[in-house]
Amino acid sequence: MSTVDHSPTITVPTLSADEVARLRVTPARVVRAEWRKTFSVRSTWITLGLAVLFLIGIGSAIAWSTANDWDSMRPRQKRRFDALASPMSGFYLSQLAIGVLAVLLVAGEYSGGMIRASLGAVPKRLPVLWAKLLVFCTVTLATMTPASVATFFLAQSLLSKQGIDTTWDAPDVARSVIGVGLYLTVVAAFAIGLGAILRNVAGAIAALVGVLMVLPVVALALPDTWFDRVYKWLPSNAGQALMAFGSQGETLAPWHGFAVFCGYAAATLIVAAVLLRRRDA
Amino acid sequence: MIEARGLVKRYGDKTAVDDLSFDVQPGIVTGFLGPNGAGKSTTMRMIIGLDAPTRGSVTVNGSRYIDHPAPLHEVGALLEARAVHVGRSARNHLLALAATTGIPTRRVDELLDLVGLTDVATRRIGGFSLGMGQRLGIAAALLGDPGTLILDEPVNGLDPEGILWIRHLLKSLAREGRTVLVSSHLMSEMALTAEHLIVIGRGRLIADMPMTEFVDRASSDHVFVRSPQADQLGHLLTGPGVVVTSSIPGQLDVTGLTSDHIGDVAAAHAIAVHELTPQQASLEEAFMALTRDAVEYHTTDSETR
Repeated sequence: MSTVDHSPTITVPTLSADEVARLRVTPARVVRAEWRKTFSVRSTWITLGLAVLFLIGIGSAIAWSTANDWDSMRPRQKRRFDALASPMSGFYLSQLAIGVLAVLLVAGEYSGGMIRASLGAVPKRLPVLWAKLLVFCTVTLATMTPASVATFFLAQSLLSKQGIDTTWDAPDVARSVIGVGLYLTVVAAFAIGLGAILRNVAGAIAALVGVLMVLPVVALALPDTWFDRVYKWLPSNAGQALMAFGSQGETLAPWHGFAVFCGYAAATLIVAAVLLRRRDA
Repeated sequence: MIEARGLVKRYGDKTAVDDLSFDVQPGIVTGFLGPNGAGKSTTMRMIIGLDAPTRGSVTVNGSRYIDHPAPLHEVGALLEARAVHVGRSARNHLLALAATTGIPTRRVDELLDLVGLTDVATRRIGGFSLGMGQRLGIAAALLGDPGTLILDEPVNGLDPEGILWIRHLLKSLAREGRTVLVSSHLMSEMALTAEHLIVIGRGRLIADMPMTEFVDRASSDHVFVRSPQADQLGHLLTGPGVVVTSSIPGQLDVTGLTSDHIGDVAAAHAIAVHELTPQQASLEEAFMALTRDAVEYHTTDSETR
């Protein structure tokens, strides 16, 4: 081995001293990075689009078909129709879309290995979780609240042809419509926690669907004494107490229920944060 | 400069890295060698904090990687397994990583150009070949203009042109005064790139020496002797660790003595010598002998516990 090396030199571009002086990981920069990550994959656009489409599309379809068939509907059917709740039924599917997307944004990083790059850049780790939470909850709130309001007014304008609409000032209406956006935002937070705990897309989606959608159905099999005690405390039922629809049994008071749902999400996120710090990536 | 002190990593009852201590110096390329499963990747993951050591510590320029305010400016890493989202474009991948640390957009485009991915920068990474993926990984490692680079099997999947390019790149980076640690399981590749060698086997340090020393040891291994009085000469060549074998009459293969010494002995006893050649065991052979010994040592060691 000679001490003189004749191999050609590859000139690697460098940063200026000024630029180097400004290099530093900050919470705002991690948020910016997560923002770019979120919107640079197609699944975000597709799934977020589906969440909006489920809400508005299903709501409009229900309102339109009800207004069309109102004259021929039987009294029992008419009594079951709720001008506020029925057109909002799409939220049930929207929560699935939002939850799945939240899981993908977190657990999806583990399946492809992206998490090694993410945590390599931000080795303190927790800022990554909080940034994901902030970005996706903001996105959910900012898209699903207007979607919910739009669904409400679209549906009411269709129903008004039969005079069976309700108004924004009616009891429970404003809280319920805004509540859809709030509820879905907490679903997003809960799903981010599940994704970070399970680190596996399929597992986290199964857990999410199980807890939010299947548990309330399973609870129906409980004897009445137990059902009354358990049902209203289930995460999705507690959260849906905020809206005057969704849950099929006795519910907690609206904001009490929503606070309980937030508590479940917060507990999930705390477990996720502890595990993120402790486990090898 | 990377300093590892008593690094231990256990997964359950399996010890992946066992009391590893070494320094990686700036200004040269250091080869990190060991058979597959020796603990190279685990060690590299501990350097950048992806895995926490069970015991011991590893620092970069005096601090743990996690404690640096701009980690990407300290260490650029290319790990063996891919660290990307296949649905994202190469440019967006780099922009997202750059954003965490305030690295300007201009640098992303400069690096895409350097690694030759400018034309495919907006395509999904999922459609990349193995070689393109490696080039993207190298661009990611260089993002923060880091003083230290750790690259796990960087030539994997590259064509000969790409391998040559990496070799020149690593040497160039080292010449600029950076610390460069490159792992490989191929000694032949390292011999062309590295000036210093750290060899591990089963998680333990086997060798930590300049490449020249390793080459010297490998080449001074044995001496081929051809002599009409081979038998007589063979009996004269004794000493601790000296082994003389003869597969063909008139020929000797001597281990443990230099050719100078053998020549002197022959001259002192007036033995004619027709040929006296130090044998160059290939570096690959020397490396395998080294790691094989370690594996055997390790096995008996655990049996006696």
